[in-house]
Amino acid sequence: MEVFIVNLIAATFRVSTPIVLAAIGETYSERAGILNLGIEGIMYFGAFVGFLIADKSGSLWVGLLFAILAGVLFGLLMGFFTVTLGVNQHVSGLGITLLLSGLTLFMFRLFYGGRSTPPSIPSFQVIKVLPDNPILGPILSQYWLTYVTFLVIVPLAWWILYRTNFGLKIRSVGENPEAVDAAGVSVPAIRYAALGIGGGLMAAGGAFLSLFQLGAFTHGIISGRGWVAIAIVIFGNWQPIRVMLGGLIFGGTFALQLRLQAMGLQLPVPYETFLALPYIVTIIALVIAGRNASYPAALLKPYRRE
Amino acid sequence: MFIVEMQSITKRFGDLLANDHVNFELRKGEIHALLGENGAGKTTLMRVLYGLYHPDSGVIKVKDRPVVIHSPKDAIQLGIGMVTQHFALVPPLTVAENVVLGYQNSFVLNQAQIEESVAEAARRFGVEINPKAIVRHLSVGQRQRVEILKALYRNAEILILDEPTAVLIPQEVEALFETLNHLKQEGLSVVFISHKLHEVTQITDRITVLRDGRVVGTVNTTEVTQKEVAAMMVGRETFGVSRIDTDTSDPKPVLEIIDLCANDDKNLPVLKNISFAVSEGEILGIAGVGGNGQKELAETICGVRRPTAGKVLVEGQDVTGKSPSDLTRAGLGRIPEDRHEGMVIHLTVTENLVLEHLDEFTRNGMLDHKAIRQYADDLIQKFQIKAKPNDITRTLSGGNMQKVLLARVLARNPKVIIAPQPTRGLDIGATDYVRQQLLEQRQRGAAILLISEDLDEILALSDRIAVMYEGEIVGTLPASEATPERLGLLMSGAVKEH
Repeated sequence: MEVFIVNLIAATFRVSTPIVLAAIGETYSERAGILNLGIEGIMYFGAFVGFLIADKSGSLWVGLLFAILAGVLFGLLMGFFTVTLGVNQHVSGLGITLLLSGLTLFMFRLFYGGRSTPPSIPSFQVIKVLPDNPILGPILSQYWLTYVTFLVIVPLAWWILYRTNFGLKIRSVGENPEAVDAAGVSVPAIRYAALGIGGGLMAAGGAFLSLFQLGAFTHGIISGRGWVAIAIVIFGNWQPIRVMLGGLIFGGTFALQLRLQAMGLQLPVPYETFLALPYIVTIIALVIAGRNASYPAALLKPYRRE
Repeated sequence: MFIVEMQSITKRFGDLLANDHVNFELRKGEIHALLGENGAGKTTLMRVLYGLYHPDSGVIKVKDRPVVIHSPKDAIQLGIGMVTQHFALVPPLTVAENVVLGYQNSFVLNQAQIEESVAEAARRFGVEINPKAIVRHLSVGQRQRVEILKALYRNAEILILDEPTAVLIPQEVEALFETLNHLKQEGLSVVFISHKLHEVTQITDRITVLRDGRVVGTVNTTEVTQKEVAAMMVGRETFGVSRIDTDTSDPKPVLEIIDLCANDDKNLPVLKNISFAVSEGEILGIAGVGGNGQKELAETICGVRRPTAGKVLVEGQDVTGKSPSDLTRAGLGRIPEDRHEGMVIHLTVTENLVLEHLDEFTRNGMLDHKAIRQYADDLIQKFQIKAKPNDITRTLSGGNMQKVLLARVLARNPKVIIAPQPTRGLDIGATDYVRQQLLEQRQRGAAILLISEDLDEILALSDRIAVMYEGEIVGTLPASEATPERLGLLMSGAVKEH
């Protein structure tokens, strides 16, 4: 039983990493007033670009770097649509997701053809901090990006949003862009910056799957994790620490259901029920937390000086 | 010495000439009123000065130096600060965060340090405010102080205030004027945009009057009477309406509201046991700062919002929870608060005029266009609507749109008239017209419920005045006993009178 719990906790952090990365990215965007529904596509593209570049260059690090750059680029494209052109945010975001899904499949065909087994590369290896400790050993046996996500990216997001002038501007621009404009600060500049950072983090989340966890690229590699991240941002009330907790709840349920399936319990319900569990938990959590959600007041609203 | 000179400023929006070769000069250390009706071009001119609009032509000089102001950032650097009508504040942030927003270059935001520096600035400029308070929790008057402090914190030497008293209760106006006089002594130059004559004559040193985008003239405040300025403003001598007191010795209540309760859109109680009665030939004014339940009160009486408890009676008949069309048949007329909500602006004037009683113009399931046209022609003439019957309503001015609505409601000779904010956003001419119509309806014997945030309007028209505060009626006074001070105390929730 102890082994089961220890392994479950270890898996929770691993499974949560891509979702927390993407959700923190979405938090930056939404705090600046832009709902980036391109998240699913950016994660997908990030996973592929990271894999492709790593495969061709032979360096996982270069692959990850290019994945993040691609994410930043498409975050900025979202900015071009919604900030510069003032297009509806739902339409632009879904458009980017559709575009990147298609582009990824197209490029996959281009580089790997129509093979039946997914291409794979040697992935990043886990770092064992306390290899001999029976409890902390397995828990602190994680990929370096998992450590960075939970120890650096999440606290840093909190610090930037609440303890820097840049963060003050992001929060303000998502609440009342008129106030930011009247204070002589460029609203588009802040929104582009937040979208760029957000896109980079989303793509890093995608690349975590292909370069760390799987060492391969499959068509269903993201399978809705971007949408889950959006729900988790609402659950977390747009606060990085709570968003992280939301990610861990989802990751924990996901890890649990995997183990329940693997145990081969003879239950009168089909195994798909377990697969659905994390999503059901997400919906329940969202219903409970969503009641008191305080949306950034300017979310979804394009800003135009009259 | 002029600190700001604007020479021959012209600004066009499409076909509309908002500023037509406007000249404006601001002296150092004066409070200068920019006076004019809605749409006269006051705000446009100041938005040009603050860099929110770019003039089509003209020269701006600040401290004798010609400048080009591209954005508020440029304006701030030139020492210009502006407090707009809709406050440019971020409600979930603290006062200190709002004040420093965009003004600090350091990357790190040190909360303790900004709170200290904002507190210091507040002391220095004599603006009373707690830097740690969350703006969302502040009253409108306090928010305005944050805005003023924000400008002063950025070392503004020129402060533009756009209709600063529109949202304040009388006591807050006094406090604002005290602050402004204090700042004037310190050498600040203030532009005070307003259309309220008595305030302008009370606080300012000079007045520049704008009409239809042009400057009518600039005068020293001490050398003119309110009447003269009013004439400059509207281009005619008459001003305001007057109410004739009528004998109300035997009032017969027509509209009765008994313990009415309702919830707002978030399902929180917004009306708490409201009771009052309006008699035949009486105007009951509901005063109060906006957002204290006035809108919901009108909606609940008119059948648009469902009451959670209580009763609405028209001539003793219970009409609680009836649909708007049943209410119309029961003799209740409603002038919608939002003109655009009250009619279909893409339809013609004629169509809007008959929209509420189409069944009367229907024969065998078909609309009787001849009768409709006849009816519309009559109303257009009777209510002096400056439009042709087939004009699309969207193209009408605000005043004429309001006339269409008035015509539609008043042509039915309703026994009860609900008039929430009937003159909001109208110019003086149209405002006078609407008020005159309401007084005529009162003369005819209608019971009128006037809901307004404009205290002058309430005082000018009402026979009795009730004050709403946080969903309750906190006091009811006969017009003869109502003074702005007494109403102000009630409006601020400081006292209750029953």
